[in-house]
Amino acid sequence: MEVVPVTIGSRGFASTSRRDWWWVTPLAIFIGLSSFVGYSTWAAFQNAHYAFGPYLSPFYAPEIWGDSPHAWFGPKPGFIPDWVPFSPALLILPFPALFRFTCYYYRGAYYKSFWLDPPACAVGEPRTGYRGEQSFPLVMQNIHRYFMWIAVIFLLLLSYDVWLALWFPAPGGGETFGIGVGTIVLAVNVVLLSCYTLGCHVMRHIVGGSYDEVSKHPVCDRAYACSTALNYKHQLFAWCSLFSVGFADIYIRLCSMGIWTDLRLL
Amino acid sequence: METQATFKIWRTHPGGDGTFQTFKTTVTEGMVVLDVVHKIQAEQAPDLAVRWNCKAGKCGSCSAEINGNPRLMCMTRMNELDTWEQITVEPMRTFPPIKDLVTDVSWNFRVKKGIKKFKPRPADQPDGTWRVAQRDVDRVQEFRKCIECFLCQDVCHVLREHNKHDEFIGPRFLVYAANLEMNPIDSDDRIPDLKEQHGIGYCNITKCCTKVCPEHIHITDNAIIPLKERVVSRYYDPVTRILRMFK
Ligand code: SF4
Ligand code: SF4
Ligand code: FES
Ligand code: FES
Repeated sequence: MEVVPVTIGSRGFASTSRRDWWWVTPLAIFIGLSSFVGYSTWAAFQNAHYAFGPYLSPFYAPEIWGDSPHAWFGPKPGFIPDWVPFSPALLILPFPALFRFTCYYYRGAYYKSFWLDPPACAVGEPRTGYRGEQSFPLVMQNIHRYFMWIAVIFLLLLSYDVWLALWFPAPGGGETFGIGVGTIVLAVNVVLLSCYTLGCHVMRHIVGGSYDEVSKHPVCDRAYACSTALNYKHQLFAWCSLFSVGFADIYIRLCSMGIWTDLRLL
Repeated sequence: METQATFKIWRTHPGGDGTFQTFKTTVTEGMVVLDVVHKIQAEQAPDLAVRWNCKAGKCGSCSAEINGNPRLMCMTRMNELDTWEQITVEPMRTFPPIKDLVTDVSWNFRVKKGIKKFKPRPADQPDGTWRVAQRDVDRVQEFRKCIECFLCQDVCHVLREHNKHDEFIGPRFLVYAANLEMNPIDSDDRIPDLKEQHGIGYCNITKCCTKVCPEHIHITDNAIIPLKERVVSRYYDPVTRILRMFK
């Protein structure tokens, strides 16, 4: 099946006859993803200002060990040596991070924006060698389905945090029901994360896509239809949920630092 | 209303290489790029080779690269293009040139022969027919819209940049394989071939194929990724492998 391709001009890096602004989208994605990774890494190492009243930042949830009242098992345990940088976020953040890292949408996006493979459609690449996801290391991306299950567990935990964010300390002791702007921020975040996770390609495959006749499995049939509907907007939810999770952290951080005031709506 | 336009059209030389030739012409309202190419052919370059058939976006013959974007010439309206600038028209880069805008796409037909054919399960009814739910058919119906223009093959960087024609069948044939593999009455198994001979792992889901498809088939999301997931379940996921052992 030998093929001699048409050679038009040089075919080196960035060679193309395209005259539109093909570099804008990959550049915007590069800036967007780098900013998020930069901010979240910084925030994860802070180990401070991640909780405010009943709110817990999603970067730090679940808080397994830590200094806030949200911690499951109290403060940092003795077996973690002092020289190891510690923050509750560092224990849990790798899971959602790897979930996104192995997501089909993000893969396609960062292969283009960060690895220039290709920089944009019909634009020349910097390297000639290519193995894609056919062999090691990128064949490891197929681990995505396991991170998806972990992400589902995180969704449940974050939903529980929204429930907790409805209970504010009462003036005379105890707790009282309430809704603050922070509660809404956390709730919207969970909704967007759910739309992102439940529309995951793996979810779509597992709930019904693997059947050729999904109509013969009534529960799967419904689930497949829902997952497919969300999947069509997967890119949108990938970005919206990335933004909302970052914003939820910023909101709680700035409230905790006293820069923003959390309005009580109820 | 008539407008002046400058077209740079790729012309091959007898040796096999080629250069752009510039043509100035007038375009009128409602024209598509294929009309302009035909006008140039009629008035200025009778030996200009261009392949076309339906002029309705249905035969998939007139694929080319217009201003660097893989498109059907008959479906690219002149009013979408900026006539202040020169408009380039080149053949598809991924296939060997024959003459001018015509390329040899026969590799695709050879690839197609290598994909296991449709093999229906035994008939459901005594009269030799099958019963299938409409929505199960709808899923593969999308893939049947393909007009084999091969624009997706042209833009796919695995073929275009890395020339993996021997190891990767390309998006068009992943759509074709998906059409058969997800067909409710097909009984053959193409998953081992997809992983090995068809090289589905080479696709890095960058979606250029989806962007250029004139039939708006969700090539990456509906054909390639679901097939990749089937390959993962079969070969890479230890849990589904264990579950299968108990089935
Ligand atoms: S998504 Fe895959 S098949 Fe489509 S153009 Fe990109 S690499 Fe090629
Ligand atoms: S899948 Fe779309 S782009 Fe590819 S050959 Fe078919 S119609 Fe053309
Ligand atoms: S494909 Fe994007 S989350 Fe799974
Ligand atoms: S001439 Fe048939 S698709 Fe353009």
